Amino acid sequence: MGLTLSPAARAALLAHAEAGYPHEVVGILAGSRADGVVERVAALVNERADSPANRYQVGPLALARAEAGLEAEGLEIVGYYHSHPDHPSRYSDFDRDHALPAMSYVIVSVVSGRAASLQSWRLRDDRSAMDEETLHPSAP
Amino acid sequence: MNVTILIPTALRSFVGGQSSVLVHAVTAGAALDELVSAHPALAQHLRTPEGKLRSFVNVYKGDEDIRHLQKEATPLVAGDILTIVPSIAGGAR
Repeated sequence: MGLTLSPAARAALLAHAEAGYPHEVVGILAGSRADGVVERVAALVNERADSPANRYQVGPLALARAEAGLEAEGLEIVGYYHSHPDHPSRYSDFDRDHALPAMSYVIVSVVSGRAASLQSWRLRDDRSAMDEETLHPSAP
Repeated sequence: MNVTILIPTALRSFVGGQSSVLVHAVTAGAALDELVSAHPALAQHLRTPEGKLRSFVNVYKGDEDIRHLQKEATPLVAGDILTIVPSIAGGAR
């Protein structure tokens, strides 16, 4: 099915990733799960203060609170995004080890402060790998 | 003891799309084991091959993380609600 980012969601995601450089940023992709459409992104606070350039983490209470707010607006949680500063937008083994099933994981590579590439990944049911999913251009 | 487990969005497709599952158990660990035995595809997402809860799986009894209670030995009484709350983590290298 792939994933479609609304123009506003895509712009907000890229701006967040560039503003956070050289640290990793993280946030929620919200919209319609059935349609694979992201209408809104919600920035979260990266709690990995010890290693923010190559790790992110958001604890259960902060995540649950943010997700409940989005769901109260009628949005569904489609997945999550994070940035890889000066690193490709391919998932790492660490990303795979910590991935939730049935969610899209958008990774944006930020090179020297500018967003360079964007890919979306989904965990296989057997957790052995993540498969790339098509990022569709959205209608304006 | 009848106990309700609330299932997060990410795991619902492994329990037939339900947002909650009723189990009969006297500890949190036994409740999770019953959940997994009824829905085996969930097993690898809840626990590591060594049997530990995965890092992103947080289990709350009411408002309290069972890590701060008696972990998987946390006792349950009828009507208790267990909530599986994900956290997220990752990173480039």
